Amino acid sequence: MASLIAGAVDCDVHPAVPHLTSLLPYLNDYWRDQVTTRGMVDLVSQSYPQNSPIVARPDWRPEKGKPGESLQDMQRHVLDPFQLKLAICNPLYGVQMVFSEDMQAAFCRALNDWLVKEWLDRDPRLRGSIVIPTQSVEKAVAEIERCAQDRRFVQVLMLVMGDIPLGKRALWPIYEAAERLELPVGVHAGSAYHNPPTAVGWGSYHIEDYVGQAQAFQTQLTSLIVEGVFAKYPRLKMVMLESGVSWIAPYLWRLHKFWRGVRMETPWVDRAPLEIVRSNIRFSLQPFDAPPEPETLIRLFDHMQSDELVLFSTDYPHWQFDGQDALPEGLSPDLVRKIMIDNPYATYPRLT
Amino acid sequence: MNIQFRESPEAASPLTAKTAIADCDIHPARATHTELYPYLAKRWQHHLDIYGVHAYQGMMEGPPYPKAQPNASRRDAYPPEGGPQGSSLSFMQKQLLDPNNVQLGVLNPLNTGQGIRNHELSAALCSAINDWQIDKWTSKDKRLKASIVVGNEDGLSAAAEIRERAGDKNFVQVLLLSRNVEPLGQRRYWPIYQAAEEAGLPVGVHAFGFGGNPITPSGWPSYYIEEMVGHSQCQQSALASLVLEGVFERFPKLKMVMIEAGFGWAPSLAWRLDKAWQRLRSEVPHVKRPPSEYIREQVWWTTQPMEDPECREELFDVINWIGWDRLLFATDYPHWDYDEPSRVLPAGVSEANREAFYLGNAKKLYGLAA
Repeated sequence: MASLIAGAVDCDVHPAVPHLTSLLPYLNDYWRDQVTTRGMVDLVSQSYPQNSPIVARPDWRPEKGKPGESLQDMQRHVLDPFQLKLAICNPLYGVQMVFSEDMQAAFCRALNDWLVKEWLDRDPRLRGSIVIPTQSVEKAVAEIERCAQDRRFVQVLMLVMGDIPLGKRALWPIYEAAERLELPVGVHAGSAYHNPPTAVGWGSYHIEDYVGQAQAFQTQLTSLIVEGVFAKYPRLKMVMLESGVSWIAPYLWRLHKFWRGVRMETPWVDRAPLEIVRSNIRFSLQPFDAPPEPETLIRLFDHMQSDELVLFSTDYPHWQFDGQDALPEGLSPDLVRKIMIDNPYATYPRLT
Repeated sequence: MNIQFRESPEAASPLTAKTAIADCDIHPARATHTELYPYLAKRWQHHLDIYGVHAYQGMMEGPPYPKAQPNASRRDAYPPEGGPQGSSLSFMQKQLLDPNNVQLGVLNPLNTGQGIRNHELSAALCSAINDWQIDKWTSKDKRLKASIVVGNEDGLSAAAEIRERAGDKNFVQVLLLSRNVEPLGQRRYWPIYQAAEEAGLPVGVHAFGFGGNPITPSGWPSYYIEEMVGHSQCQQSALASLVLEGVFERFPKLKMVMIEAGFGWAPSLAWRLDKAWQRLRSEVPHVKRPPSEYIREQVWWTTQPMEDPECREELFDVINWIGWDRLLFATDYPHWDYDEPSRVLPAGVSEANREAFYLGNAKKLYGLAA
């Protein structure tokens, strides 16, 4: 097992909103009244059923309440034992499933304010991601600009499965704001369930949705690259969170082959897809989805042709590994340092 | 691909003109839109004349994402006697089968009666296509073998079509497309797998088709290239569904071929499935073994469009992880992204692996080994 080093940045931890009512103090009178009068229920996404084994490591699962809802637990489980310098909080509360742009904007604002008060203010190691109401690009940009005034917000957070592919031009004002404000855009596993969760329709099982996240990330990378997001916003960084890592190289071989074949269709894509990924896209470490043999894992890193693509993550409290085994076996000390420290700092300007 | 943008950095393989190959993905086309009419009841001929075919997409003719070339086919593949690319047996012999010494060519007709909303018409068109494959192709050139095209959305009539053709040596597999109304593991498709298993025929799942679902789980993208690349994600989700619904567990003799969707994704998908299954197997108790075991035992891949890393060693890593016994060479003739047999494998592959890749695996899978 490769040795962990102190002072790392954990780029994907998940503080949980205990219940929709936890956001009431952060809503205005109108929305507080809407939530209570209409009897709205907790916004838990099917992507992460609370009791699913993958949603919390057995020794990280609290006796009651949601995994990840206690700061003390997060400190005890990851911040302290992994000797983290910083950890980036990516709340996975199901606000993206809301269809009304007004309601979604109110909930996102409340969620971001809740994150500041209940987490960022209470542990100096924590940093935040801005959850945005994508039903309205205008409102999403406004929320980014509002939250960005707090330098502890270091990224914008979107889900990998939304209403439209992420490269679509309608979403570009979000990327313009993110680039301008030195905020990478994190794209996290999960669906708004506004489209079937696979490209071939609705599967039967939670496990199917979970496996399918990797394919969703692949289609989003295609969209982001071929629509020309990085030609337009060359300084924009995007981070694929909980995406899986081992599919990247073969996926890029395929994209590259078709780009060579039909690049006349998208002439603004003036660099090879692999080059665009190297300069603009990063991936969180967990889950890696590699085979058990270390020699295979090393080959997978070789195939990526870069030691800068992967950022350390525990994916707390999700169950991706046991004990302290957050690093796959076989990584060299140099690569460990890149993954745990150098790459996160190079990706997120607001960490320094 | 038939368009070269740069010189190949490595020497091409020393494949000689005499090395026999199997081509496991050839697309025969109709010369005219009424070429199937002799195989259709009058009722359906009238129906087509008046209403056409209603697919799970909006265009009456042609694809929703315009292809990069007419019919997505090579510009040099138009037959001299006229008609679209791939519609002439004699020209296919001259351009593909003879010069490449194709000993076995597997026909996968597209734009047939699959993936259309009127399921009765779908069954009639598929049956017609199957008769047409024999009349126009396999009866006239013994190197060619047909695929049983079935109306995929109605599992029972599809199974009936398979049973009717079972034992007919003109056919070597059942053909499905990857994109359907539901993921391919769903119960509505099980009669197809049962009939194929009984008939001892592999089920080929060719990329493409329309099932009404956006080709990304985040909605419809903008470009043809996104659809092209996306076929690999569709195939991955279809295969995940087959594993997780327990199709391989329930039909242990079933063999499936992933056609024209690449294969580089296979190891990563299998590792991901295994890892998720370790955590979540209580949800799918019918999946009794690690998913990668079913995939290793019951799934094959055609090679085209072959992934093309700058460093070809990396491709060999992936093939080693999948198994050299699981790949079936294919050109995709007459489509534009045709893989040229003499160029796909660089030097450095053992003679046994080379033979398996180009011919042996296909003959064994399709029951044509000596």
